[in-house]
Amino acid sequence: MASFNQTKINPQSFHYSQIKFLIYLVPLAIVMMLPIIYIVSTAFKPMDELFAYPPRFFVINPTLNNFVNLFRQTSQSGIPFSRYIFNSIVVSSVGVTLTILITSMAAYGLSKLKFKIKKPLFVINQYALMFVSVAVTIPRFLIIVNIGLYDTFWAHILPLLAMPVGLFLVKQFVDQVPDALLEAAKIDGATEYQIFWHVVIPIIKPALATVAILAFQTFWNNEVTSQLYITNDSNKTISFFLSTITSGSGVAGAGMSAAASLIMFLPNIIFFILIQNKVMDTMAHSGIK
Amino acid sequence: MDKPRYSLGYKIAHSDKLSALVFVGPYYVLFSIFIIIAVLAAVLLSFTYFNTIEFPTMSGLKNYVDIVTTDNTFMQVILPNTIKFALIVGPGGYLLSFILAWSLAQLPHKLRTVLAIIFYSPSMTMGVAMVVVWSAVFSGDQAGYLNHFMLQMNLIAEPVQWLQSPQHLMNIMIIVSLWGSMGVGFLAMLSGILNVDKEIFEAAYMDGISNKFQEIFFITIPLMKPQMLFGAVMMIVSTFQAGAIGVQLSGSNPTPQNAGQLILNHIEDFGFIRFEMGYAAALSVILLILVALISKVAKTYLTEKE
Repeated sequence: MASFNQTKINPQSFHYSQIKFLIYLVPLAIVMMLPIIYIVSTAFKPMDELFAYPPRFFVINPTLNNFVNLFRQTSQSGIPFSRYIFNSIVVSSVGVTLTILITSMAAYGLSKLKFKIKKPLFVINQYALMFVSVAVTIPRFLIIVNIGLYDTFWAHILPLLAMPVGLFLVKQFVDQVPDALLEAAKIDGATEYQIFWHVVIPIIKPALATVAILAFQTFWNNEVTSQLYITNDSNKTISFFLSTITSGSGVAGAGMSAAASLIMFLPNIIFFILIQNKVMDTMAHSGIK
Repeated sequence: MDKPRYSLGYKIAHSDKLSALVFVGPYYVLFSIFIIIAVLAAVLLSFTYFNTIEFPTMSGLKNYVDIVTTDNTFMQVILPNTIKFALIVGPGGYLLSFILAWSLAQLPHKLRTVLAIIFYSPSMTMGVAMVVVWSAVFSGDQAGYLNHFMLQMNLIAEPVQWLQSPQHLMNIMIIVSLWGSMGVGFLAMLSGILNVDKEIFEAAYMDGISNKFQEIFFITIPLMKPQMLFGAVMMIVSTFQAGAIGVQLSGSNPTPQNAGQLILNHIEDFGFIRFEMGYAAALSVILLILVALISKVAKTYLTEKE
């Protein structure tokens, strides 16, 4: 029994026995963080520090020049920087909202409604978990052209809305909502839609938070759409524009690229930090099988 | 006697059909168009010659035969590259995710949260940001961080062209991919470990389990199999999707002497640079089959003992 004291999963407080984990976790965390610290530091480096030899890791005299140059760069191309940001924000917010909506609806349908092809639908979705989207870029391109989405705003959103991982997670969560609760609501005269909206949605909120994070990362980071399915520059997104800056700009562009990367990275990490508690909760309850 | 209940049941079943369509419809319409039809179209296209301008013409199995018999690059370089990359990054990242998740689970809540966010953050910076950072580290001139450091330490006599040299590119791709591999699978594993019932550990120690390794192999892992499987599938898919890395780092497709060329780069090369869509589609089909097969293997391994 004495040996049981070894096991301290999810401890309540700090204990000196945890130091052995910190011995390798902390250095590793630092290594994991170095590139991100580098981006932040470089984004604020003035010209002379970017070219400095020997190369310096940390910034000494921070400046906002890189950001200013970045904005200037776009205004030369005729499309203001704000336009790309605006596009990305619209695409991401509409995308995340719609993803949550259709995913939770489908999850509710598959979990609680009775109809014949329910099982096969879920099985197909499970296979689609293994789906490698880049492998079907070509047919997707043809589909987008043929249904008239080419060069429209919806090309950013519609192809990414069906997210098999999302449906999978949320469905497992809806499964845990007791049927008795739904029946009680039904007897009280609630329609299927009212039950979904007023009973199910509040209960599965943590699962939806996870989907929101995954969806946000998908939409915000997506540059393939702008690259392949959009020709009109003013309909492209910030991630695409930034990728054009980062590719092949050399040292001179390094500061600008870092500024660009920071702009890309920040929303992701903020979004994640805001909802991460709920996310870990979701995964815990999803009982993935 | 049961009549009221029966009629309620009937009403529910009837309304279900309509509402099922409303609820499940939107998802599965989009799912069908952009995933199912796309996959079927890829299969169909793979049997054609298609240059994106003229209408595709049937060519039977020619693309597949060509891949196996005449595409030396694919058989001799790209397939081995992909397998090597997947074999190291897949299990490596998976193991790393588990070890880190397990270690984090031994820490109190606040400390754990901070470290978890740090470990997860690289997977959010993949893509654009990745290029900035890693090309600075591995830059080929003496101002590159690694070169500067090694020159300083007298480990090398002159700057190494890390990203342009065939010997190094693949290794760098592997390091960068491992760095960014703590994604959703890692989070799933973390919560899986945290959710193992503590009483089970207690019971197991009474039954004679005597060390941490036994604890991990006989209790923790079996009890979190769903999360382990989820992590495995996510890892397999993301490993095969990681094709962009080599091209982003070296700045060219094909990568220098095909050193970092993976199946995905080959697909992009044929599809969007040479416009041989039929051939590229055949490559996509091979990739999809590969991912499905490996996921299947992972599935059998992780579900057998239930």
